[in-house]
Amino acid sequence: MAIDADTVRKVAKLARIAEPEERLAGLAQELSGILAWIEQLAEVDTDGVEPMTTCVAARLPMREDVVSDGDRRDEILANAPRSDKGFFVVPKVVE
Amino acid sequence: MSDLKGLTLKGALDGLETRRFSSRELTTAFLAAIAEANPTLNAFITQTPGLALEMADRADERRRRGEAGPLEGAALGIKDLFCTKGVASSAASRILQGFVPPYESTVTSNLWRDGAVMLGKLNMDEFAMGSSNETSAFGPVVNPWRARGSNQALTPGGSSGGSAAAVAADLCLGATATDTGGSIRQPAAFTGTVGVKPTYGRCSRYGVVAFASSLDQAGPIAKTVEDAALLLRSMSGHDPRDSTSLDVEVPDFPAFVGKSVRGLRIGVPDEYRIDGMPGEIAELWDKGVAWLTAAGCEIKRVSLPHTRYALPAYYIIAPAEASSNLARYDGMRYGLRAEGASLTDVYENTRAEGFGAEVKRRILIGAYVLSAGYYDAYYLKAQKVRRRIADDFSAAFQDVDALLTPTAPSAAFALGERSSDPVSMYLNDVFTVTVNLAGLPAISVPAGLDSSGLPMGLQLIGRALDEGSLFSLAGAVEDAAGFTAKPGRWW
Repeated sequence: MAIDADTVRKVAKLARIAEPEERLAGLAQELSGILAWIEQLAEVDTDGVEPMTTCVAARLPMREDVVSDGDRRDEILANAPRSDKGFFVVPKVVE
Repeated sequence: MSDLKGLTLKGALDGLETRRFSSRELTTAFLAAIAEANPTLNAFITQTPGLALEMADRADERRRRGEAGPLEGAALGIKDLFCTKGVASSAASRILQGFVPPYESTVTSNLWRDGAVMLGKLNMDEFAMGSSNETSAFGPVVNPWRARGSNQALTPGGSSGGSAAAVAADLCLGATATDTGGSIRQPAAFTGTVGVKPTYGRCSRYGVVAFASSLDQAGPIAKTVEDAALLLRSMSGHDPRDSTSLDVEVPDFPAFVGKSVRGLRIGVPDEYRIDGMPGEIAELWDKGVAWLTAAGCEIKRVSLPHTRYALPAYYIIAPAEASSNLARYDGMRYGLRAEGASLTDVYENTRAEGFGAEVKRRILIGAYVLSAGYYDAYYLKAQKVRRRIADDFSAAFQDVDALLTPTAPSAAFALGERSSDPVSMYLNDVFTVTVNLAGLPAISVPAGLDSSGLPMGLQLIGRALDEGSLFSLAGAVEDAAGFTAKPGRWW
């Protein structure tokens, strides 16, 4: 299915990537090309096939719900673009 | 001492053990080689000479005390997808600019536990998304191999292009790499090196920057099959910090190299003989069949009927997982932050500035196939096709013990040659991607040179957790091929 510029604008918004207006048509063409190639999957008969979500047959391991690591505030904040008094500094969220 | 960097990992470990040289001498030789080669080859994003010498001295000290680990003093390169404590880890992306992990990946921890020395962090395609190294924010790695009589810069493949180039150019004894759709095996084939993609879950993904979590797997790139086995033995092992890490014993992989392969049944899949495959690749494949026949293997034709649907399924599943995994790069907690008028603007500007074109393309595809109304048609369909592909392998492994195929549909191509058409670039992984979807182990072995003098590889695919047989078979191919060619030192 072909993607148009409006769809790219919507998807870019969902993905939180700023795409300038003038790029949308080009991207729509690129993505349409990739999706057209992907369409060949429709040829495969998948009736009654269970979707495969993992190659590991084992059940997910469980562990006790206890703190296993922590007390690393400063190490974690060391990578923050901005921090102050032990907190991440982010743009204003609530008006 | 000038020949130290030409040693295999095994040769270097033997030399260290018999005190012919120290890890400091070995490490110094590599650091000098890297300093000389890197301006041209661009294999390393970050060089860590100070840390390397410290680690080398500690290794020499442990060896003096008789406490040497299996890789004691061996100088390695680490793909920049692995988080290394206190050393910048970028995934070759601008969005991780300035990020210095406060923790160590399990795979690299295992290597340091066994005595290895880190020379630096290796270049790669951004977030491991690419087959030519051209998507790196740090510029492409240049393949140390050039076509005979040509100065044209060739791709080392991708995404582990830095790992493959560094090993091929003798800038390290071996390297870590990762493989989501062929990112270990295709670069290995393009550079005349050995690359192993182990069974999904064999190596922990903890501390490896995530691309597509159900497909990502770490493995080694090395100079010989034995070296690859030595590295994988150290890298593998159960890790409670990765819920998909397999709680199984790590076999003594090096012990499988050199074992007889007599009586093993080898499948040759019909569907891998694709249209447009260069004659030289087909001939190499036939040679591989002849070599394994001579070694006592029984060759059988097998069918993997859904092979051609593997790449399209992959280009739904991998971008879908990537769009989810890469949602974490929001400019708040680490890496790049671009300013904006509102919080949403900051997110959008950060991701627009931080991600390169191919990464954005895949995030958009992923967000699209997961979006309301399309999930069943794309994502669920791809997961069902994935099951079909895995079932093809299960059926084939009823009759055979391993499969033999080419690794890549061509030898290394020129940088810039295919970067304008995403789909033609994706086709590089046509022989490798099936294995990731099914979670199986595979190895690429250098098996010959094409008419322009460029290396080509053969791939062996095994049953889940049967890396052992692959090491035996790859060793047999390596012996028969007698591949000793090295790139000329033009850099």
